[in-house]
Amino acid sequence: MSTKQRKRIALVGNPNSGKSSLFNQLTGLNQKIGNFPGVTVDKKSGISVLLNGEKVEIIDLPGTYSIYPKSNDETVVANILLNKENALFPDILVVVVDASNLKRNLLLFTQMKDLGLPVILALNMVDMADRIGVGYDLELLEKELGALVISTNARVGEGIDELKKALENQVMVSGGSFFDVTELAKDQITDYLKEHPEDTAYWALQQLTSEGKLEENDSVQAKDTTLRYGKINRLVKQVEVKKEAIGLKPYSEKIDKILTHKIWGYVIFLSVLFVIFQAIFAWASWPMDLIDIVFSELSAWLSTNLPAGIFTDLLAKGLVPGIGGVLIFIPQIAILFAFISLLEESGYMARVVFLMDKIMRKFGLNGKSVVPLISGVACAIPAIMATRTIENWKERMITIFVTPLMSCSARLPVYTILIALVIPDEYVLGVFNMQGLVLLSLYLLGFIAVLISAYILKKLMKTTERSFLIMELPTYKTPRWKNVGLTILEKVKTFSFEAGKIIIAVSIVLWVLATYGPGDNIANAEANVKATLVGTNYTEAELNDKVASYKLENSYVAKLGKAIEPAIKPLGFNWKVGIALVTSFAAREVFVGTMSTIYSIESADGDVNTIKARMGSEINPETGQLYFTLPVGLSLMVFYVFAMQCISTLAITYRETKGWKWPILQTIYMSGLAYVLSLLTFNLFS
Amino acid sequence: MSKAKTVGDLKPGENGTICCFKDDHLSLKLLDMGCLPGTSVEMKFSAPLGDPICIDVEGYNLLLRKAEAHTISLVE
Repeated sequence: MSTKQRKRIALVGNPNSGKSSLFNQLTGLNQKIGNFPGVTVDKKSGISVLLNGEKVEIIDLPGTYSIYPKSNDETVVANILLNKENALFPDILVVVVDASNLKRNLLLFTQMKDLGLPVILALNMVDMADRIGVGYDLELLEKELGALVISTNARVGEGIDELKKALENQVMVSGGSFFDVTELAKDQITDYLKEHPEDTAYWALQQLTSEGKLEENDSVQAKDTTLRYGKINRLVKQVEVKKEAIGLKPYSEKIDKILTHKIWGYVIFLSVLFVIFQAIFAWASWPMDLIDIVFSELSAWLSTNLPAGIFTDLLAKGLVPGIGGVLIFIPQIAILFAFISLLEESGYMARVVFLMDKIMRKFGLNGKSVVPLISGVACAIPAIMATRTIENWKERMITIFVTPLMSCSARLPVYTILIALVIPDEYVLGVFNMQGLVLLSLYLLGFIAVLISAYILKKLMKTTERSFLIMELPTYKTPRWKNVGLTILEKVKTFSFEAGKIIIAVSIVLWVLATYGPGDNIANAEANVKATLVGTNYTEAELNDKVASYKLENSYVAKLGKAIEPAIKPLGFNWKVGIALVTSFAAREVFVGTMSTIYSIESADGDVNTIKARMGSEINPETGQLYFTLPVGLSLMVFYVFAMQCISTLAITYRETKGWKWPILQTIYMSGLAYVLSLLTFNLFS
Repeated sequence: MSKAKTVGDLKPGENGTICCFKDDHLSLKLLDMGCLPGTSVEMKFSAPLGDPICIDVEGYNLLLRKAEAHTISLVE
């Protein structure tokens, strides 16, 4: 059966109504993430098997409070539901309603009903309503709303079978409007309905509104909402059945007294950040090492066991390391999203916004920017993916833009070797280790750049979307492991497939450039090296190192390195550093590997001290002095603090902003900043 | 000349009834969230730095910035 014939069911509801839990219950692992055409909003869809074996397509629409859109997410919902020709227009619309907050949630439901859409009401979180002592006369509610009402508790899977059963049948659009809007724009609505007699008055009103044909759009909207709420209030009074409260609210409020306390609130938040940071840094390191070992072993095994040739080389040295380079990020992504999902599920994330909003807003950021920025110290990839929680488009773009300026863990090996090279292992004032101080300054430098850049962007960026913070503070809930697991899976899949292909492609291009070169120097590398070594004693290993170094120096990458030498000379860099800058464009830590190849250090023996010794003895041919002086070393460190030397970051920015504009701007900005500040550093210390 | 009291002026624990809105654009969002003229709201607590604030709207907690709270006038 083709997808077209499958019944399409859309889920819609307020944020925090448990819509995602319901989606997870209906689809389980049969989920896929795509894009809504043309916008940066993720589309989650999946297949659900009904009790009679029928397969239906489920689409999880973004959370919304009203059919009148106030954000990009909400616009997606309006665009789909107000256009019968839309490819995603549903056969059945399930409106998920939070039973513990029926009044506010019914606004959206009655709007959907009045549009003439085939609706089912899923009265969710009935357990929460129970706890605050509220029940409903469901029969009366069904009768008054003119729609099927199914009571569910999606977090534990109650009512799912009943809902599936209901989805087997076609939903009849029955009864009149809940609230008749004809009077709000009588002439225009009547005219519209003359032409489209099959539509409802509310449908007509929404079409007129979205086409901008109403003169007093805002006032009509305000009247509609106010009068509709009035009617909802009366209905809720009618159907409400008071019960004895189990007392959940006071419990939630007691937690808030501590978690938003002026001292404990921040202490706890900092501790949470510290745990996340530690986890990404420490827990992720062993699976990452494992992936690293497996892929380098696989690459070595392929090289020795397959017949020599270009395809073996491509496979063993281009493709396999490329895939390894993608998979290596998965442990960090999984760990970060386990935490983020826990914070979101429990309701703590809303408190983070509450605590941090005022501080972050000064810099054009959002309370929710804190988590991505801190995660950026481990790795910008999961950090940028974590900006998804920021609803405001401008604040989200600024956060994505500045996050890679935080010094990530891939910069650490580069910093380590350069500090060891040029900074003396001495103590200042008797207690502060110089090398440690420099390392700390590099991290601080990145953080200051984040704040300043964010502030500049805040002033530069124009947006029609006004920044406001009007959001529900959800009650605390125990996280569901199923939802956490599915979030991790979703994020890992998204990264692997969407950013992964770009990372692999660029890795292969860089591999080709580093392996091949103009002329026949590379083909004759061994003979040429041997010719220079005539009359000296050398071991097999030394010869191999010299050949590897010779090959790299004659490759296209070296040509690039030499070509950019005039440009990087003012920063104090020679063409050998130029080669490392080009190769480490794929990933910063490649700098160390490239340096060891250039300085002919056997790759198996990538010991930092060896590399340090070789680099440390490099002589500058112009001055006759040592090449890696303090100004050169500092300039190079500053360069790595700012430069966008990471294709994975580029790929993920592309994926998250759904276009090349932001990744290109980001690269130009960061590289420009790196160049100017390195130039400044070099001249200041020379 | 006394300015009308707003939700932003409420102290923790104080109640007020919404009368009207000073910002048309924001009012549409606030209406969606159930802040209607005639609705009673209670100021619960503010963030440690005084902004944003948390108010109770008919049984649920709503977070909003102080500046936004000042656009909601209260019945005298």
